[in-house]
Amino acid sequence: MDGVNIPLDHVLLLSALLFICGLLGLMMRRNIIFILVSLEVMLNSSAVAFVAAGARWGQADGQIVFMMILAVAAAEVAVGLGLVLQIQRRFKSLDMDDANRMQG
Amino acid sequence: MLELILFYMASTIALVSTILALTRANATHALIYLILSLLAVAVIFYLIGAPFAAALEVVIYAGAIMVLFIFVIMMLNLGEKGDRREKQLLKPKVWIVPEILALIIKFELVLDLSQSTPATTQGLVTSKQVGLTLFGPYVLAVEIASMLLLAGLVGAYHLGRRYLEEGREK
Repeated sequence: MDGVNIPLDHVLLLSALLFICGLLGLMMRRNIIFILVSLEVMLNSSAVAFVAAGARWGQADGQIVFMMILAVAAAEVAVGLGLVLQIQRRFKSLDMDDANRMQG
Repeated sequence: MLELILFYMASTIALVSTILALTRANATHALIYLILSLLAVAVIFYLIGAPFAAALEVVIYAGAIMVLFIFVIMMLNLGEKGDRREKQLLKPKVWIVPEILALIIKFELVLDLSQSTPATTQGLVTSKQVGLTLFGPYVLAVEIASMLLLAGLVGAYHLGRRYLEEGREK
């Protein structure tokens, strides 16, 4: 990589900031849809770090890991939204605090 | 120099729209901002020389996964309250901010593409390289991803069925 390019540390900083946003959202929100959205933000921010590092050395490996992250995110969202539907049917609410008891 | 400015603009939009997405009270509004954040990240991928990842980000993340979210919000059947929400969604004050941010992202992309030498031609990882690596040394990862997606499919099908709430004897 020659010429003017985007510094790697700035992309990594962006990725870290996005991850912190997702983590704070995950800890502070109680709506289960927003918890899933926060998880998406966190997965996406780690994908940014992988793609940036791969692009820095001109290798395709970063984008391969990005595709793996996409597959993980898709599977996680499918299962998570199935759980959202079940929780909505059982508790008539999307609040996580209504579903914090393990009673089988 | 241009690509640096574009990068900082796109990353500001990504951060701002992520924060807005996670602080909305309404799930639909949050999804609009989340899609915007994903589009901004796609522009960043394009700028750092990963156009294939940028395309995947738009098609799969901002397309398929967000459509799943929207379908589930529709299935939750919010009723009367939902109708009022829909009416509210059509008011300009709801969509004007995402619209402006989206226009900025589009402007960036057009600006970069209209250069005689687009900023991203150096250090580019082409989709051919990605494909060769994916089905060369990483072919096991493809198998693992397919198993994972199959497991996700079966799990989502099981969890989405109605009989779970109606008792186990059925």
